[in-house]
Amino acid sequence: MKSLDELEKIKKEAQEEMKLREDKDDTRITIAMGTCGIAAGARDVLKVILEELEKQEINNASITQTGCIGLCNQEPIVEVQKPGEDPVTYGEVGIEEAHKIVDEHIVNDEVVQDLVIK
Amino acid sequence: MKELSLHILDVAQNSIKAKATELKIKIVENLQDDYMKIIIEDNGEGVEEEFLENILDPFTTTRTTRKVGLGLPLFQAAAERCEGKLEIDSEIGKGTKVEATFKHSHIDRAPLGDIEGTIAIIIQGNPDLEVYYQHIVNNNEFDFSTVEARKELEGVPINEPAVIKFIKEYLAENIQNLKGAVR
Repeated sequence: MKSLDELEKIKKEAQEEMKLREDKDDTRITIAMGTCGIAAGARDVLKVILEELEKQEINNASITQTGCIGLCNQEPIVEVQKPGEDPVTYGEVGIEEAHKIVDEHIVNDEVVQDLVIK
Repeated sequence: MKELSLHILDVAQNSIKAKATELKIKIVENLQDDYMKIIIEDNGEGVEEEFLENILDPFTTTRTTRKVGLGLPLFQAAAERCEGKLEIDSEIGKGTKVEATFKHSHIDRAPLGDIEGTIAIIIQGNPDLEVYYQHIVNNNEFDFSTVEARKELEGVPINEPAVIKFIKEYLAENIQNLKGAVR
């Protein structure tokens, strides 16, 4: 069974990661976490993105959470902003779409056009 | 909502918006007396009495992006359809407490669901918030707090991906163990 003492080891890993990332500009990922977003599945979308960033060792991206942005019918909503670029807002993002956004936009720099809110 | 933990995540957003620095989440499952209680308490700004009176009305919200607020009314409906209730106490400058009760065995009671993922996500999005989690099943108890975790981390941010992943796994194991001890 895990104990909090193990955080000692995790702390060292995290410090290494933080060093790697120091000079890089961050891609900013924002997920809307209002009642509408949560009811539509935003929590699990956020979980998938977190897991993928960790799994694929993407350490130049950060995730923030925000409230309802007034587009409740298009939740879950995810915004991706690459350094120096305009933010791209994706709507109706499910688990599959979240994987696509990570692989195509965050990793390969290609906007997933089909999912963009116009 | 499909899981009670989603209501917890939703209510926690209210606390965060009320500038809380402490959030206490307590879950009590009593299988003998057949009830489940979810208590979410914060030290945020609190709300005026007048606002509190109407807080369960869907057309009451602090939002400016839309005119309806469904978070608490949905949570209330979830409790009431399981022979339970939702109670809210709030005091300006002190904080707010939301308490939902359910009949544990009620067929309409949604499962608690992914509570470890929910807590992890609250911490991820709010690294300065102190989160206290207490889960009691009959006579067994599990406690976690970000205060404890921070002691071990010595200045490494609590929302580092590796730390969040660990916290999620740590919670999952301990909550599973808590439930296992009862059977």
